[in-house]
Amino acid sequence: MNRSVIIHILGWILNFEAAFMVLPIIVAIIYGEKNGFAFLITMGLCLLFGILLSRIKPKSRVFYAREGFISVALGWITLSIFGALPFIISGQIPHPIDAMFEIISGFSTTGSSVLSDIEALDYCMLFWRSFTHWIGGMGVLVFILAILPLARGESMHIMRAESTGPSVEKLVPRMRTSAALLYGIYIGMTILQILLLLAGGMPLFDALTITFGSAGTGGFAIKNNSIMSYSPYLQNVITIFMFLFGVNFNFYYLILLRKAKDAFKIEEVKWYFIIVISAIILISLNTGGFNGFFDAIHHSAFQVSSIITTTGYATKDFNLWPGFSKTILFLLMFIGACAGSTGGGMKVSRIVVLFKTIGKEMSYLLNRRSVKVIKLNGKKLENETVRSINVFFVAYILIFSTSFLIISLDNYDFTSSFTAVVATLNNVGPGFELVGPLGNFSGFSNLSKLVMMFNMLVGRLEIFPIILLFSPSTWKK
Amino acid sequence: MNIIIVGCGKVGATLAEQLDQEGHDIIVVDNKASSVENITNFMDVMGIVGNGASYNVLLEAGIERADLLIAVTGSDELNLLCCLIARKAGKCHTIARVRNPGYNDEIEFIKEEMGLSMTINPELETAIEISALINLPSAIEIDTFAKGKVELLKFHVPEHSVLNNMKVMNLSSKLKSKVLVCIVEREDQVFIPSGSFLLQANDIISIIASHKTAIDFFQKAGIFVGRSKNVMLIGGGTLTVYLAQRLATSDIKVTIIEQNSERCEELSDLLPSARIINANATEKNVLLEEGIDDTEAFASLTNYDEENILLSLYAKKRSRAKVFTKITRMTYDDIVGEMSLGVIINPKLVTADRILQHIRAMQNSKGSNVETLYKLVDNKVEALEFYVRSNAKLLGVPLEKLNLKPNLLVSCINRKGKIIIPNGQDHIEVGDTVIIVTTNTGLDDLNDILI
Repeated sequence: MNRSVIIHILGWILNFEAAFMVLPIIVAIIYGEKNGFAFLITMGLCLLFGILLSRIKPKSRVFYAREGFISVALGWITLSIFGALPFIISGQIPHPIDAMFEIISGFSTTGSSVLSDIEALDYCMLFWRSFTHWIGGMGVLVFILAILPLARGESMHIMRAESTGPSVEKLVPRMRTSAALLYGIYIGMTILQILLLLAGGMPLFDALTITFGSAGTGGFAIKNNSIMSYSPYLQNVITIFMFLFGVNFNFYYLILLRKAKDAFKIEEVKWYFIIVISAIILISLNTGGFNGFFDAIHHSAFQVSSIITTTGYATKDFNLWPGFSKTILFLLMFIGACAGSTGGGMKVSRIVVLFKTIGKEMSYLLNRRSVKVIKLNGKKLENETVRSINVFFVAYILIFSTSFLIISLDNYDFTSSFTAVVATLNNVGPGFELVGPLGNFSGFSNLSKLVMMFNMLVGRLEIFPIILLFSPSTWKK
Repeated sequence: MNIIIVGCGKVGATLAEQLDQEGHDIIVVDNKASSVENITNFMDVMGIVGNGASYNVLLEAGIERADLLIAVTGSDELNLLCCLIARKAGKCHTIARVRNPGYNDEIEFIKEEMGLSMTINPELETAIEISALINLPSAIEIDTFAKGKVELLKFHVPEHSVLNNMKVMNLSSKLKSKVLVCIVEREDQVFIPSGSFLLQANDIISIIASHKTAIDFFQKAGIFVGRSKNVMLIGGGTLTVYLAQRLATSDIKVTIIEQNSERCEELSDLLPSARIINANATEKNVLLEEGIDDTEAFASLTNYDEENILLSLYAKKRSRAKVFTKITRMTYDDIVGEMSLGVIINPKLVTADRILQHIRAMQNSKGSNVETLYKLVDNKVEALEFYVRSNAKLLGVPLEKLNLKPNLLVSCINRKGKIIIPNGQDHIEVGDTVIIVTTNTGLDDLNDILI
């Protein structure tokens, strides 16, 4: 394995993290918070290691899939370790495991918190927590790819390991342009949401942090009751943008190219629309206690788009909803957003393909001679892709069950333990009961928290980059 | 430029790699996903799986914004159809590989009617290259500049040659021959030699000269120049036919050994002046009987690399002939390069090279000052042809007084059709075309050659 090139990339990740920390420092200066020093110290450490490591010139330019997976997995772990330092240094989240949990939850755009009183945090800390969602949503390495002239083959392996979805494609031939386009769309939509929230009278700080949370489909709020205290207009804006950030970014690229017709032909996006709309209708019909029809639609739309995009904001304590509505939300957690979006979960396209393989198997069972290819977007899907989706599903179930088993050691009720795993592995944030929208994860043991941290990274990087780290054959020369 | 390459075989991959490095945006199309992935995994290009002749696939590949489409799939008809549809769907230039000899006579018509910028026939191009070398057997490689007036010839310095242990600056005075040594390859190193550079036996040197002086130079340097009079070709494929046709025009006796009797009859029909032998060339006796000992050039052109390698090794051992070996799979080119197989011929690389030259020229006509650009010695060296405009800073100054970048040589001046192989006293004027040979890649203006 080409270690020197991985170390070089890790160095650059730290340099970028140092640059990201400029923002919370500015926030600390504005609000006159002395905990800004925690960021200054961390920034120094990032730069120290970052400059040291990035000056190591790669001995060879060899870069295969292996190097791609490893540099992405190690990159995210490094990012999290240094990202947690400000919490620990300032003493705002003194316990290292809690701090790591919080920051991994941030970068992986999960939004699960171990804090029972969020409002007690300094503004700069709140800002950093939310900002990690924004960075993690589109991916750090994609950001670096847009800026650094990394050469040729390596870039594709990195993008494939970091981006979401079963088959990652570039938008345009050049990786740099492609990454820049993705970030361009991302930044553009972020700014639009901030402006719309400001127009609704939301304070600037809230508008920024809440936008970061919805753009990355993360879900860290800055109030203990999540989004409940904001006006219906603001909640609607957030609903729409959560939904939009869960759409495959190819969709927006096609819109930009004025090919709206092609954009709406993307099968995954069609299913995403269908699932969201039917979930909203079913929940509005099932759940009582709203002030009339529009209120019902308003709240169920918010919760549905928050859960399916795996954001995790809430305007109602859906923990108190009837069983059927809760089950729908529960299923949405698994489905997740579109591939190529900032959302988590298994991704709509994988679910669509899995359903199609069932159809294929049935026609095969009825007639052994029948041959049927699986198509997506009207094109034949390679057997290789179908196979990797099946394996993804199996690995997902395995990790899920193992994590559930370990967490049940804490002896909480079945729903809490079960949905804690669902919420972290799918990067949703809240689950039901103890970990519901108004609850938090502070009650779990350290072992459980470690398992959930693992789940969050596994969920964000779509399983394989992280578990490859634990495979001995990865490290063999 | 935005370039679409249809067909991800060896040629497609070579083109993608080179063009990507030269800063073009590349989209590759192939109907086999694995072939596409082979390229997209290692190069910064985008891949699309699908039939390149389908309008929808081309639209997806962005044909509307493309400047050029290159069709290099295995099928001539598919290539032509790709180009035709691309012309209609977008406004791009098109290049097609058309190799069926049946179309060869009509190729100009096809090109004209279908609006193709270029068609390329790999076997024909390769045959042209081999026949040039058979006509001047001491050279390993010949490139031409200034519309064919100047040649860049590459050859081995033999042990007994006077060139052995000679300083480059003494070369023209001692041999009274106006040539210039541009590139010296010694083991893995490449030098652009200065005057005090000492040549050694077994160096591979490239000289720039007009065709006549080159032959004169070879004679004086004690290098064999006699044109091969009889040639043995093994394998009766299309390449052999083209080659034999060209050789026949320069009165060279051609012997072709081919295993398949039906093919032999076809060959005899196509090549009345050639001697066709129906036999298995891997049998020693056959080669001996057909006169391998006396042949002056020997080319193994069968479809099997292993067989070609064996035959060439044997020919090298038995005779003093100039040997050519066709190798199609280049995976082990480093090992193949170490064997004494004479000139290695790879039609696919020849194809890719010709297309690249065409594209570079195309781009140059779009505003750059470089007239032509050749990549030499595994792309380590560039030879660039510049047109001298009045903004050049080095007008009228003798070359020896110029402060040139290291590893750079002004190797030829074309003044109104007159070729000057320059020494230190020569100077550059407005309207000249000059050829610069250098290892500093990426020059795009004549003024860049100064420090």
